[in-house]
Amino acid sequence: MATSKSMKNKNLSLKEITNSYLKMSLLRFCVVGSVDDGKSTLIGRLLYDTKSILIDQLKSVKNASIIKGNKEINLAFFTDGLKLEREKGITIDVAYRYFYTPFRKFIIADTPGHFEFTRNMVTGSSLCNLVIILIDATKGITEQTRRHAFIASLMQIPHLVVCINKIDLVNYDKKIYYDIVEQFMTFSSKLNISDIHFIPISAKYGDNVVKRSKNTKWYDGPTLLWLLNNIYIRSDYNYIDARFAVQFTISNKLTLNSSYGIAGKVLSGVFRNNDKIITLPKNEKARIIAIHSANKELNETFYYENVILYVDVPLNVSCGDIIVKENNLPEVNDKISAMFCWLSEVPSNNQEYLLIHISKKVECKITDILYKIDVNTLKRYNNDNVITINEIGRFNLQLNESIYYDSFRKNKHTGSFILVCPFTHETVAAGMIV
Amino acid sequence: MINKYSHLKELENEAIFIIRQGYTNFRNCALLFSGGKDSTVLLHLAFKAFYPAKIPFPLLHIDTGHNFPETIEFRDNVIKKYNCECIVRYVEDTIKQGKAKEENGFDASRNILQSITLLDAIREFGFDCIFGGGRRDEEKARAKERFFSYRNNKGQWLPEKQRPEVWYLFNTLIKEDEHFRVFPLNNWTELDIWLYIYLENIEIPSIYFSHKRKVFKRNDTWLAYAPFIKLRPTEKVVTKTVRCRTVGDITCTGLILSRASSLEDIIVEIASSRITERGNRYDDKRSDTSMEDRKRNGYF
Repeated sequence: MATSKSMKNKNLSLKEITNSYLKMSLLRFCVVGSVDDGKSTLIGRLLYDTKSILIDQLKSVKNASIIKGNKEINLAFFTDGLKLEREKGITIDVAYRYFYTPFRKFIIADTPGHFEFTRNMVTGSSLCNLVIILIDATKGITEQTRRHAFIASLMQIPHLVVCINKIDLVNYDKKIYYDIVEQFMTFSSKLNISDIHFIPISAKYGDNVVKRSKNTKWYDGPTLLWLLNNIYIRSDYNYIDARFAVQFTISNKLTLNSSYGIAGKVLSGVFRNNDKIITLPKNEKARIIAIHSANKELNETFYYENVILYVDVPLNVSCGDIIVKENNLPEVNDKISAMFCWLSEVPSNNQEYLLIHISKKVECKITDILYKIDVNTLKRYNNDNVITINEIGRFNLQLNESIYYDSFRKNKHTGSFILVCPFTHETVAAGMIV
Repeated sequence: MINKYSHLKELENEAIFIIRQGYTNFRNCALLFSGGKDSTVLLHLAFKAFYPAKIPFPLLHIDTGHNFPETIEFRDNVIKKYNCECIVRYVEDTIKQGKAKEENGFDASRNILQSITLLDAIREFGFDCIFGGGRRDEEKARAKERFFSYRNNKGQWLPEKQRPEVWYLFNTLIKEDEHFRVFPLNNWTELDIWLYIYLENIEIPSIYFSHKRKVFKRNDTWLAYAPFIKLRPTEKVVTKTVRCRTVGDITCTGLILSRASSLEDIIVEIASSRITERGNRYDDKRSDTSMEDRKRNGYF
């Protein structure tokens, strides 16, 4: 069972290191909270208590803390921004942090909470297994909390951990904690979130972050790190619907005996030797006779692997095409309806946009804005025919050619797209096909 | 054997995916090769990404002229081993052409001048995609780096112009003279790199292993002595058993006192180390924001 023991202990033998590092899985998460909810302090605490902060970093943070008049180390300084951000008053949407335990490697997408929050969270959480929502125990649930939970649900993040922070400031009061939990459950029942956990924490003093707190004896759940180490993530990925994105083909001179090689990425599902496949959009059929990862032969390949499929007949495929199995076809249409999040300062208009879906680029137009969602109340509204930055809603698109897709709910990698302005090259929207 | 679901396997696949996406989305790619461990791992991954075909783009090496001789020897061997083309451009030439001015004084380094040579090479060959071995865990300006990092027509990194990267969908559209720097190793940490080198049996330059070398101490950092380095009167050249943790321009690459003489030793050393990898890079010590400043001027 996972404990909070760190890997950074002295005198580990190579065997101990490889035994644990080579079996680790990867978990991506992001932390969201309103300004002053203690997000930076929590990330600093996780890094500090897992001994992921090294002497030279610690020294510079200690110095910075003293200069700014803090007596103790200010954990929030570990995630300080750039000079340019301070000068221009901007914040780059996501910064990434890394740490290990003997069980997992973690990638934290650290999204700033103040400016352009919706946009940042959509970007930062898109590949995450888990989102941590911070609630300040002295303030309770705020509009921001509702917004965070809604976006986590919209983005179909598999796991949600709600940390009720600053529990020290409310004297570790059980009633305050459970009132917040109750309120959150009432509100979130309207959302599509399947796995929620609640933890009372103090990021500042470390209660229930890495170490179990003696101050919350009434709480018998896990610490945050225990949860991060143990939460089951393999079912976060789609291993059902076989979808393969073609990248390029291998010259015939280099391939195996009378076979044809196609390089690509498995977007979801599993492909095995002897599987009958079909290419889209050209509808050519073939059989897989070998699967190679560089110079290694595999019997099967699954989600996220980049491999070469060798097939028995020549196929006329190129980048942007997809390969699927005959008995499980995606949808195809030149009209799609999707949830959107607008990312650009420039509002939507009647112009053509470039839709990037898997590896394909298709011109399109927004035909209808069906509704927008007030992320604070979850109420639908439609004020005008323009979408502006940070707005979320649903629109219909008319594409210049058909695309092959699944609904986002079924498949994140074949159900998502971005819209790009063909003139400025700015990415203006993220979309999730309904 | 890497476990099927291990984090390294996932990182390897992510990197290969980014390399293949770069190749299919741009006209003219190159892989920036320094001879250090990160660009060597990147080269190995590019080899895997296109196998059984050859790597379909050249390596680009920006030679400061202030190299560890071992790195150049290593570079030449690697080119042969992976059967790839390598373009070399020299900071010395940039200085001769009057485009850059050699720094003077004790801390003189060609590290910053490299950017000018690099941008010249990008213009000369019309590269629109440069793969680099940068990693987000190295430094705070790099923590915010994209997989596909946009550079304007002057080669500058402007944080406000970076495009959101949502899911694995990349907007790689460019106008004339703009280009992208692409970082397939973004999510790797130093230890990931070493474990991968160990597992895949990747050859790396000998300076990463402990050896005896003439060194001198400057601001708490051991630096390699070379004839062109100006010593302060108080600085003495001594022989120590050292190794490199990063490899760059000899004038700013700090050495660590170490007896780690094999990959196994290095992994044990890194796993228990309490100092960051760039903690003794002299170029990062110039100021708190020196990496950020260099990036804005076209540095990697």
